[in-house]
Amino acid sequence: MISLSYYLVFSAALFCIGLYGVLARKNAVAVLMGIELMLNAVIVNVLAFWRFRTPELIAGQAFAVMVFAVAAAEVAVGLALFISIYRRRHTVAADEIDLLKW
Amino acid sequence: MTAMQVVFLVTAVVTLGGAVMVVTARNLVHAALWLILTLFGVAVMFALLNAPFFTVVQVVIYIGAISILMIFAIMLTRRVMQDSGPQVNPGWWMSILLALLLFGGLTWMLSTWTGFGTPLPDLPAGVDPLLALGKALVSPDGYVLPFELASVLLLAALIGAIVVAWEKKS
Amino acid sequence: MTTESIIWLLPLPPIVAFFLIVLFTNRSKALSHTIAVGAAFLSWLGSMVVFVRAFQVEHLGANPYTSVINWFPTGDTFFQIGVWVDPLAAVTLFFVAWTVLMIFIYSVGYHNFGQPKGEADHAGLQPHGATVTDEHGHKHRVPSIEPMYSRFFAFIALFAFGMYTLVVSDNLLTLFVGWEIMGLCSYLLIGFWYAKPSARAAAIKAFLTTRVGDVFMLLGLAYLYKTTGSLSYEVIFAEETLHTLVVSASPILGFSAAALIGVLIFIGTMGKSAQWPLHVWLPDAMEGPTPVSAMIHAATMVSAGVYLVIRFFPILSAGAEHGALTIPMMLMSFIGAFTALFAATIALAQNDIKRVLAYSTISQLGYMIAALGIGAYVAAAFHLVTHAFFKALLFLGSGSVIHGMEHGVLHTGEAIDPQDMFNMGGLRKKMPLTFWTFLIGGFALSGFPLVTAGFWSKDEILADAFGHGHLVVFITLALAALLTAFYTMRQISLTFLGGARSDSAGHAQETKWTMTLPLVVLAFFAVTAGWAGIPEHFPALGGLLPNWFHEFVGSTLAEFPKGVAFSWVPLLTSLVVALGGLYLGWMIYHKLPAGAEDPLKKPLGPVYAALKNKYYFDELYDFLFVRPALWASETFTYLWMDRGAIDGILHTVARVIFSLGSIFRNWIDKPIVNGFADVVGESVKRFGKTFRFVQTGRVQQYMVMALVIAFGTLFYYLYFLSQP
Repeated sequence: MISLSYYLVFSAALFCIGLYGVLARKNAVAVLMGIELMLNAVIVNVLAFWRFRTPELIAGQAFAVMVFAVAAAEVAVGLALFISIYRRRHTVAADEIDLLKW
Repeated sequence: MTAMQVVFLVTAVVTLGGAVMVVTARNLVHAALWLILTLFGVAVMFALLNAPFFTVVQVVIYIGAISILMIFAIMLTRRVMQDSGPQVNPGWWMSILLALLLFGGLTWMLSTWTGFGTPLPDLPAGVDPLLALGKALVSPDGYVLPFELASVLLLAALIGAIVVAWEKKS
Repeated sequence: MTTESIIWLLPLPPIVAFFLIVLFTNRSKALSHTIAVGAAFLSWLGSMVVFVRAFQVEHLGANPYTSVINWFPTGDTFFQIGVWVDPLAAVTLFFVAWTVLMIFIYSVGYHNFGQPKGEADHAGLQPHGATVTDEHGHKHRVPSIEPMYSRFFAFIALFAFGMYTLVVSDNLLTLFVGWEIMGLCSYLLIGFWYAKPSARAAAIKAFLTTRVGDVFMLLGLAYLYKTTGSLSYEVIFAEETLHTLVVSASPILGFSAAALIGVLIFIGTMGKSAQWPLHVWLPDAMEGPTPVSAMIHAATMVSAGVYLVIRFFPILSAGAEHGALTIPMMLMSFIGAFTALFAATIALAQNDIKRVLAYSTISQLGYMIAALGIGAYVAAAFHLVTHAFFKALLFLGSGSVIHGMEHGVLHTGEAIDPQDMFNMGGLRKKMPLTFWTFLIGGFALSGFPLVTAGFWSKDEILADAFGHGHLVVFITLALAALLTAFYTMRQISLTFLGGARSDSAGHAQETKWTMTLPLVVLAFFAVTAGWAGIPEHFPALGGLLPNWFHEFVGSTLAEFPKGVAFSWVPLLTSLVVALGGLYLGWMIYHKLPAGAEDPLKKPLGPVYAALKNKYYFDELYDFLFVRPALWASETFTYLWMDRGAIDGILHTVARVIFSLGSIFRNWIDKPIVNGFADVVGESVKRFGKTFRFVQTGRVQQYMVMALVIAFGTLFYYLYFLSQP
């Protein structure tokens, strides 16, 4: 039988892999990819909780829809920012964008 | 070992493996492709969770739009970032440590929770989840407000993205 | 109002006037002189009321007007002060009130009230005249108003206060207070034109010389207080007190307490009344304005000295057998007679119109003191009263003459001394009122028979001297009278008779009514005052009028003094010396041409030089006292004490504090306080420098750090939560 624990562990793992990608990758797009992984893990988590704990309520699914929408919006703006920065600084490495350095 | 469990395990392995490749691929296009695979895996997960709507939405939006967008972005900046040179930050070991720590902590913490091993309950009979979701998203005493707000958010993001990436003619 | 209350109030108007002028009305000349003259008038009015009431009282001497208050506690009792008007004080009040009022009025005109301000006039200098343009465009130089006008009136008001206090007081302490106030005013007024060095020097000389006398007087007062326990007249002149004083021995061998006290008090009078050897200040005091000379040095202040010894007569004469003289009296007769002759000789050779009068004053005061010395109490008091009138008249007249001469000097622009008699002459025609009043005063001074007051008082002194057998004193005083008449006529002739000896004298002009009115009033008294004291046994005239003065003033003494028996010798002597001296003076001087030297010069030879230079006493005192004092003060006080000790202490203190300050600065302030501040700043900077590397600007690193800390905190918190 699949219990809730399977999905929870899975989403935790996906989340942490995404976290590693955010923190360790140089390229900004790679960072965004990591963020997508994290968001997906969140959606899986939300839906798992809905399915296993309160399948009769529709709130879980509505929540997941919201997360989707937000994720999409965030990717769009993030990539727009990325393009704009690229145009300015002619670099895509996240650690070269350090104007606020001391 | 039921069939479900097998399916689950295979999907999980594929997804996680793809995720690992996403974050470790040197070539960014490869990373994007691995991302697509991972997102497919997640779509399957949604299906296993009896949420077919999300499966489709995942494929259409995430894979069909977002990943393509990312590939566009990679292509547009291809010239600068060659695939040589290190593509991880110098402190990457700390990030691994942190991720592992977080994973361990989360798992341990959840394991102490009583509802950790909840078995799969039956879906309520006579209710179509999709229909119910659709109705909920547009009914005033449902989730129409968040729904509308989400659309406003998307509009704002749309406009914002255009404004941010607008190339000023000098 | 009771007489005692009026007496208390007599000194009040002048002191109020002084404060009002000093504090409020200094700017307004008209207001100041109005207040001052008004105050003098009020005191005059009060004095007249008191005088009139006084001579209606029977036996005023035995029960005078008195009133006392408690001043400060001394053990069980209080030291009391108060007022005391007996006959002596009453007649003194009379002449003081009149002369003070006249001099106040005179000062208005003397200081040229109503005249324009001079261009070169400056506070502290004599006014030099102003230039006015008349309607024809001609420029005239006219006398200018005194710049320090109000100040003058303030000072003479203060002076009047001092004199009234002295006269009405009933004890020697308040008398001394009045005495000293007058001394102060004398200093202030002699040095009125303080920008003139000679005036400043004269003021200091006057003050210090009288101070010498005052020190001895204070010793006398202290000894008196110690012996009798009181200073009020009621106690010290009582029979028992006198007896005690006579029998107790003083620290000085051979002197009884009374004698010592008498001598000491008399030395105070010697200073104040300018007797030899403390006479040197009075001629120099002529540096002050003429009203000052009149008031202080003729009518009132120097009279105060004589008033004191007259008041003090009971103690001075205590213990003497009838007719014999005590030690103080012997001293007084010697000094008085000597000074009378001494000063008269000097007056012969003086050219300045005021100097002659100054020496004349010294001489006449000598007369009074000699009279008291031989026991002629009433005669001395009588001469005091008459002398005040005619000497004030003479001084004011000389001031009028000087003003007339100055008018001439301003008109002609001559550079001559307007006070030198050898530049005058013929002023009889130019200034008739001044001439006639001056003549009356001069005749009174000389003792012109019958119609002048001076004759009666001087004659009484001579009669007393002869009648009691003091022949040395008699001859000395007679000689002095001869010289007095001579130099007086010399003065009158040189000034008023003959022809003008300079252009300025030719252009002299009579002075204003504010100056000539007092002359007329005083001339009236100079003529009539003597008729209050015609002796009974005088041929033909005696007995027509009662000898009111003798009766009245004589009743002041416990033992009524008998009048001396009439003798022709003193009368004839006084007639001869007076008329003879006047005639000689007229003869020699009345036709003296301009530029001629003094006719006395040749016959007297070297004696003339000695007379002109006042027997070189000033030079002697300078050598004996002034130079050593200056040297001592330079060396001891200035160099050793002031610069050495006091400045030394100051510099040492300064040095110590300075080094203390630098210790604080270098050892505490800089290292500790500054250092602390610097350490704080430095450590903050270093801290910042060390830790700024955290801020890399890279978002991922920030995230890593945030997550590390967040997870750490979270797990730590949860760990503790899971603990029971």
